[in-house]
Amino acid sequence: MTTAPVKEATHDERAAGCGQDELLEIALGPHHPSTHGVFRMDVVLDGERVVKLKPVFGYLHRNHEKIAESASYLASMPYTDRLDYICSLTNNWAYALAVEKLAGLQVPERAEYIRVITAELTRLVNHTATIGFLTQEMGASGTPLMYAFREREKILDLFESLTGSRMMCNYMRFGGCRVELPAGWLEQTKKVVEEFPRFLDEYEQLLTGNEIFMARAQGVGILKKDLAIDAGVTGPMLRASGVNYDIRKVDKYGIYDRFDFKIPLGEHGDVYDRYMVRMLEMRESLKILHQALRDLPQGPLMDPKAKIRGFRPKPGEAYGRIEAPKGELGFYLISDGSPNPYRYRVRPPSLINLTVLEDMCRGYSIADTIVIFGTVDIVLGEVDR
Amino acid sequence: MLEEIKARLDAAVPGCRSEMILNGSPSGQHSLLLDSAHAVEAATFLRDHAELRFDYCSNVTGVDWLEAQHSPGYLEVVYHLYSMEKKRGPLVLRLRTENRTDKVHLPSLTPVWRSAEFQEREIFDLYGIIFDGHPDLRRILMWDEFEDHPMRKDYVEPDDYEYEPTAHDDILAKAKQHAMGKSQEP
Amino acid sequence: MDQKLRIELSKQGIVTTTLEELYNWGRKNSVWPMTFGLACCAIEMIATSMARYDLARFGAEVFRPSPRQADLIIVSGTVTKKMAPQVVRLYNQMAEPKYVIAMGACAISGGPFKQGYNVLKGIDRYIPVDVHIPGCPPRPEALIDAFMTLQKKIDQQTLTGEGRPRHLDPEAPSEFVVPRFGAHDLEPPNNPEVFRILNNIDSRNPGEVDAGGD
Repeated sequence: MTTAPVKEATHDERAAGCGQDELLEIALGPHHPSTHGVFRMDVVLDGERVVKLKPVFGYLHRNHEKIAESASYLASMPYTDRLDYICSLTNNWAYALAVEKLAGLQVPERAEYIRVITAELTRLVNHTATIGFLTQEMGASGTPLMYAFREREKILDLFESLTGSRMMCNYMRFGGCRVELPAGWLEQTKKVVEEFPRFLDEYEQLLTGNEIFMARAQGVGILKKDLAIDAGVTGPMLRASGVNYDIRKVDKYGIYDRFDFKIPLGEHGDVYDRYMVRMLEMRESLKILHQALRDLPQGPLMDPKAKIRGFRPKPGEAYGRIEAPKGELGFYLISDGSPNPYRYRVRPPSLINLTVLEDMCRGYSIADTIVIFGTVDIVLGEVDR
Repeated sequence: MLEEIKARLDAAVPGCRSEMILNGSPSGQHSLLLDSAHAVEAATFLRDHAELRFDYCSNVTGVDWLEAQHSPGYLEVVYHLYSMEKKRGPLVLRLRTENRTDKVHLPSLTPVWRSAEFQEREIFDLYGIIFDGHPDLRRILMWDEFEDHPMRKDYVEPDDYEYEPTAHDDILAKAKQHAMGKSQEP
Repeated sequence: MDQKLRIELSKQGIVTTTLEELYNWGRKNSVWPMTFGLACCAIEMIATSMARYDLARFGAEVFRPSPRQADLIIVSGTVTKKMAPQVVRLYNQMAEPKYVIAMGACAISGGPFKQGYNVLKGIDRYIPVDVHIPGCPPRPEALIDAFMTLQKKIDQQTLTGEGRPRHLDPEAPSEFVVPRFGAHDLEPPNNPEVFRILNNIDSRNPGEVDAGGD
């Protein structure tokens, strides 16, 4: 933790009020044990209470958008893995979707199913990791995070056998997917999906009714519905505030209209609701996975019209978005007819969800601030790009 | 649908000169160019109108158009709006500056949609568009002492190509340039 | 001591050692890393310390949040120019003996983001690196391998003489220049005391690429 210069009280002030109204300005981060990476909050404290909080970004600004302008469309695909590096497959999908809109490509049915399967597995990975980190930040160091990572490893094994990489999958292509499922992959996935509820039950037994957890989570960091909409908050955070808005249902991108699943909604918009929405969302993801694994058809993996080399979309622009585990992940592309995009923009859910951080944290103590921040669920690679 | 919105907007906001910008790609996402003098008023109308209700501003993008594409060049801001209430969208709004050098002021839409706050700051940082009426217009990604606007197309990055393990194409050219510069120095 | 005699003595139940061996043995089996994640590689670093890969087997599970209590900084991910001064400052705050692992392509050279205007092209521009691990991101096994390499390196250090480590050499620097934010770039762009330029572009004859590299 680096400490910004503390506001020096003059001798007279100290003598008069004994520092009662003295405000303390602290820079939390960019290296701080409980933040998610290199994120900094400039906090003004009155005693232990947060009076003002200004997030400071840019410590992981890796110029993704600038680099993409000088690379071909396909060459940006591996960079999208590194945006939100916990869920690379949903990032792939969002980018592929935007380019497919730009170039008018159709995705074969089998590829759509595989996309849904990988995306929902990614959602499981993301939510387990988020809740693991959240409990770590509440002081439950070790156990819940260990359990979460144990489950995560099982899914990463699936990703590795499918795509060749644990984290940076680089699996989707414009108009389909890169490779066919390896032998035995479906059976293994079914096994993981079938065993997953056991882990969720175990986790819920540990946390959902846990008195300490409830005391730390309930009524803390409340986000009102109107503010959430105004500030563009999306994903589980928005739904925990009671807004029924899930892009899987609204846009019905891919083949999400074929599956039977529910959208869990919160009531209070506090830390506990955000935790519960994620837990319930994992169970809904498992439902989708069961259906997708059952119905997976045979067929080609790529649109025959899609060109890997010499891919030049017509001049124009397109905005494509999906429901990533963290919220609305969108890609906005402007093509000028050349092999490189003229403008390549990522709409990062993590960054925009942080708009309301100050409103949620004001009046709470530093320890609560860290917990509230944990439920926003950000990944710095996406915040700063 | 866009024609209808344009007609409503022109009727509701007197003096507003909006213009349809057609999009040639199969996505068919056409956009509406607003004049900056009436942008805030028009945005408020779009947000509050009982039938339109574009209550959610999803994405704010800066674009740099050089003289080569449009003469004279200008900077552009693109807003993607959705309606959470009516489950509709996107409506694409555009605002343009007069040029790329001195007349780079645009009205901020952060008072209308708060989700634009960080995104407009980012555009100020990387493109140098000054948003009038933004509550907290500071650099967001680069450090405060930084002077350039690196996402502009004509930005020249600092020369740190001392060591290039796998240089090729334009990186090789830059590395050679660096080596040339060094050999001339002493 | 003669190796043969040592073995003979140990058969008799007498264990002999030298101060150097004992000192290095203790040090190499309790390398405490700093809780310090930068980017994607940090997730793999966390995965390494979790149940499946279990970094505790190497005496390194105690991740310390404070640089004052840490022996090792794992630079796990892209170092941006905005972050570089903080990384150097953290390294300066660590107590000697201290070690650096550059984890992943970004920490080594900028990696895939090398062309970025805000990306530092390798942390070895400012601080000395002991072990480099390539990969994007390196697998947990690779990090464990880097750990073992570091342990070997610690084991081979001598207490006196030419090859002694930095913390036993009063002449050697322990603090390094913290770069400042300039108008266009960091100032200075690298620390010449640390940064060894392996120039593969021949400066006398630009255009000829030296295949040897080093």
